[in-house]
Amino acid sequence: MTRAFFALLARDLRLAVRLGGGGGMAVFFFLVVISLLPFGIGPDRELLAKVAPGMLWVALLLAALLTLDRLFQADYEDGSLDLLTMGLLPLELIVVAKALGHWLTTGLPLVVAAPLLGLMLNLPGEAYPPLILAMLAGTPALSFLGAIGAALTVGVRRGGLLASLLVMPFYVPVLIFGVGAADAATGGFAGEAGRQSLLLLGAVALASLVLGPLGGAAALRANLR
Amino acid sequence: MAGMNMISAAQRFHAYANPARFMALSARLLMPLAALTALLTGAGLWFALAASPPDYQQGETVRIMYVHVPSAWLAMMGYGVMAVASAVALIFRHPLADVCAKSAAPIGAAFTFLALLTGSLWGAPMWGTWWEWGDARLVSMLVLFFLYLGYMALWATIEEPVRAARAAAVLALVGSINLPVIRYSVVWWNTLHQPASVFRMDGPTIAPSMLLPLGLMGAGFTLLFVTLLLVRMRAEILRRRVRNLRLAQAGGAGEV
Amino acid sequence: MTISELSLSVRDLACERGGRLVFEGLSFSLRGGEALVLTGSNGAGKSSLLRQLAGLLDVAQGVMAFEGGDPELSLGEQAHYVGHLDALKPSMTVMETVSFWRTYLGSIPEGADTALEALGLAHLADLPAAYLSAGQRRRLSLARLIAVPRPVWLLDEPTVALDAASVARLVALMTSHLGQGGMIVAATHLDLGLAEARQLRLGAEALT
Repeated sequence: MTRAFFALLARDLRLAVRLGGGGGMAVFFFLVVISLLPFGIGPDRELLAKVAPGMLWVALLLAALLTLDRLFQADYEDGSLDLLTMGLLPLELIVVAKALGHWLTTGLPLVVAAPLLGLMLNLPGEAYPPLILAMLAGTPALSFLGAIGAALTVGVRRGGLLASLLVMPFYVPVLIFGVGAADAATGGFAGEAGRQSLLLLGAVALASLVLGPLGGAAALRANLR
Repeated sequence: MAGMNMISAAQRFHAYANPARFMALSARLLMPLAALTALLTGAGLWFALAASPPDYQQGETVRIMYVHVPSAWLAMMGYGVMAVASAVALIFRHPLADVCAKSAAPIGAAFTFLALLTGSLWGAPMWGTWWEWGDARLVSMLVLFFLYLGYMALWATIEEPVRAARAAAVLALVGSINLPVIRYSVVWWNTLHQPASVFRMDGPTIAPSMLLPLGLMGAGFTLLFVTLLLVRMRAEILRRRVRNLRLAQAGGAGEV
Repeated sequence: MTISELSLSVRDLACERGGRLVFEGLSFSLRGGEALVLTGSNGAGKSSLLRQLAGLLDVAQGVMAFEGGDPELSLGEQAHYVGHLDALKPSMTVMETVSFWRTYLGSIPEGADTALEALGLAHLADLPAAYLSAGQRRRLSLARLIAVPRPVWLLDEPTVALDAASVARLVALMTSHLGQGGMIVAATHLDLGLAEARQLRLGAEALT
């Protein structure tokens, strides 16, 4: 069973690397959204620094959503998903493998790109450690919660847009606590608030690691049979 | 009549620069070009880093300019090469043109990135920040970088080379028409928000002592671009041959 | 796969899709070494029945009992399903595809070569699936049957896109599978000439 799990994960990673789509495209999207921001609100450094954590989180969220719709759809369209469910791996673990693959090829590259974009928004130095930490904790939640939306819309026409709409509300806590962690460091709140935000974010992420596979598997069962 | 002329012109093109001939010619050119590149860039770097005086205003940081300016120049030239090659590919269906356009993109993108990086490094001591939205050149360069990335992403996404070439060529041409508009809008946006005294990258005048290293670096980088372009084009042609061989392998020996 | 007697019995099976009753009251039984060929007009429910057997489609009513296999596993987990879709990734090579399914479905990482040999794909092992013709893609899809030993084969029009030589190869593989005590349920328009094949005609009564 472990072997099947890693075979599936390795296959997804290999496909992501070969297609060059997925993660690279998400990082590109992230970069473009962040770069458009100053054109919209002006190049004022203080202003940019102030909105930087929030904008980085929102853009990261959108970039993660963008790649979500292919999570099960590609396997559904070519018939692989049927065969995957006929293996010995429970559907829940299939969802875990897919979501983990999504995080490794999309979430992680986005977190790596974030500090660079922080520089462009003049994010103050002390905000980087909590921001990166929060993103490392929060992005798995994006992948695992997103898996539910992707599973719900598998086989649906224009499912990508629908999946985004369905998942967005689930992302609200991640956004609030994620921004909270970085904001606290720049002096928005007292230091204690930042620690709290990080802990709450961690809790949300851990909960999503359970909720995502269960919900995703249930949604796939409902959709496929 | 015009159509007939066009066809014969296209045929003549094929005769002069078919891939096989290109492979033979480029193989002979590659070593001399590489040597000349090394020579010019080496000399340029020596003048730029050691044999020229520091700037009276900017001090040693001015030396970044010797890399930054040629990079920015090649970033734009790369897009020019890409756009022209795309136009040739669309109009004359020249077999090497889309190879050239595809190969130029990553090199141009790399020079654009280098220009952005050096601009940012230069800006750090000047502006006190790694990135300054008040500098229209740097911001335009960023948009150019996006155009390159989009172009490369399109090539990477479409599997079949002929279709990818067509689509990418259209994108490159639309981009080249749009570039001046983008550039103008960025400058306009910039002057709108201009804080009183932003120190500009270009500076008021260029001292004569800077011209020699700058010229050498410019020539060296241009040759570097050409050399890399040839290498990449050769690689791309070989990649397509491999693809064709594989297709033949799947088709020809299918039913053993 | 053990030689111990396999048996599959289906009683009073019904299938409903999108509110429409595709078939009902379907019963048959099958033993190891036997093949069941499903025939019937379009929409009679051949594909639906195969998907139900594979566990890919809910059973509206009725009982399916499979005995003689691994009691821990469901029928779907002991069956191969070859549907209309080839389930191939264009960027994965022939070898990688078979190795993946071998590891994933059967947890056997090594030895995908025999499956490629059996389907005549050995010389294409390093080729990405994108380069394959329709018939080669189908054969690669069928290679799963050999790569991972499972007692039950559920085949939905397996001969589509195959040429005569490949059909003969497939029939030989099916015969040998039956000879080892396996069972096959196949929907096909082509007379495969299987020695032990029984026929089940779907949809005749649904026409009323």
